[in-house]
Amino acid sequence: MEHKSLVSIDSLSKEEILRILRAAQYFEQNPNQKILDGKIVATLFFEPSTRTRLSFETAVQRLGGRVIGFSDPAATSTSKGETLKDTIKMVSNYADLIVMRHYLEGAAQYATEVTDIPIVNAGDGANQHPSQTLLDLYSLYKTQGTLENLTITMVGDLKYGRTVHSLLMAMRHFNPTFRFVACEELRMPEVYRRFCEKNNIPFTEHTDFNQAVIDTSDIIYMTRVQRERFSDIMEYEKVKDLYTLRNSMLETSRPNLRILHPLPRVNEINRDVDDNPKAYYFQQAGNGLFARQAIICRALGIELPVK
Amino acid sequence: MNTEKKELAVAALRSGTVIDHIPAAVLFEVAKLLQLENSTCMLTIGNNLPSKTQGLKGIIKVADTTFPEAVMNRIALLAPEANVNVIENYEVVEKRRVELPDTLINVVRCHNPKCITNNEPMSTRFVVIERNPVKIRCSYCGQVH
Ligand SMILES: [Zn+2]
Repeated sequence: MEHKSLVSIDSLSKEEILRILRAAQYFEQNPNQKILDGKIVATLFFEPSTRTRLSFETAVQRLGGRVIGFSDPAATSTSKGETLKDTIKMVSNYADLIVMRHYLEGAAQYATEVTDIPIVNAGDGANQHPSQTLLDLYSLYKTQGTLENLTITMVGDLKYGRTVHSLLMAMRHFNPTFRFVACEELRMPEVYRRFCEKNNIPFTEHTDFNQAVIDTSDIIYMTRVQRERFSDIMEYEKVKDLYTLRNSMLETSRPNLRILHPLPRVNEINRDVDDNPKAYYFQQAGNGLFARQAIICRALGIELPVK
Repeated sequence: MNTEKKELAVAALRSGTVIDHIPAAVLFEVAKLLQLENSTCMLTIGNNLPSKTQGLKGIIKVADTTFPEAVMNRIALLAPEANVNVIENYEVVEKRRVELPDTLINVVRCHNPKCITNNEPMSTRFVVIERNPVKIRCSYCGQVH
């Protein structure tokens, strides 16, 4: 039985991404199954993240597996100075799979090197969060019927937004067109613009979130603009409302347009958008369950009745 | 004339290591990497010597000492054009350029304070992604140096 860790989205080929998305679709149609009967999954959250942990734990339990672990590192021996290696080795004696979140970057990669059981990275600092990217991809796939040839507009904090960077890199397989909408201070970093150029991905940059951009998008991916990101508070006050989406802005948008957001939101999506059928952020979060069921089965090498 | 003199100087070392063609600007960094300040061996450091190919260069000669591969890899990061000559019995028994391997294990530390390698007793690992100028990427946190 082949098992596979998932540390970063970049390690997945196009075919592997599509296989995970087909598996997620299968789980959406059949969410409750006993295919993890007898399996124990450890969820080790060295940094609290209730949202992600509940999603992973629900995924395991709906498939009939059991969960052990911790959600508060203060309660573990890590706080007494135990190394990550020792914790991983100890837990490896008990579990078939480790789902881990850590505040240090590279922690999940290191964990794969000290144990024989598969590791799923549920976020390592500012570095990688592949299950978020896969649920984003699944949301695109499900709402657009394909991942190919989509026009995706990313709005808000494109400088520090880990989710938009990972999504951008994963989309390289699918011939996308990107629009980057951000103020100068939170512009898409050069390394990602160069990545687009290298991969022949067309993109345009905008400092103003205008109607023409909205009306030609298949996906608008909104992100939070946080005050802490600004060196100058005046600058934040100046731009904070420029990147807010309101329902009135969607009147002439494409019928297939969907609005995504990794949540939690603050005020970058006005509440009046919530009832618009194009608002998809709550379903997007719900898709995390199916994507994570698919990731867990792949990690454990469980065969599914899908290609 | 100049080269003759230099070869004489190299030959004058009975045994040890001569590192030549170090760019003048990094000579003292290289000396630090070799931990020469702790060495009790006879050593000669020359700097700002004219070079045909690289402007001003430096040279380091250390008697009765050879350096492990990992140290040479570190020098390759600083001075990729340096030459290393190992001398035994007044003869050059090994002459090579320092070579940057594809992967550097435990050679340098990651600059990212939130990298796991700076918070856990473990080896660092970098992959060389560009050679001229040298760019390396941390295999753990992904930072490029
Ligand atoms: Zn690092």
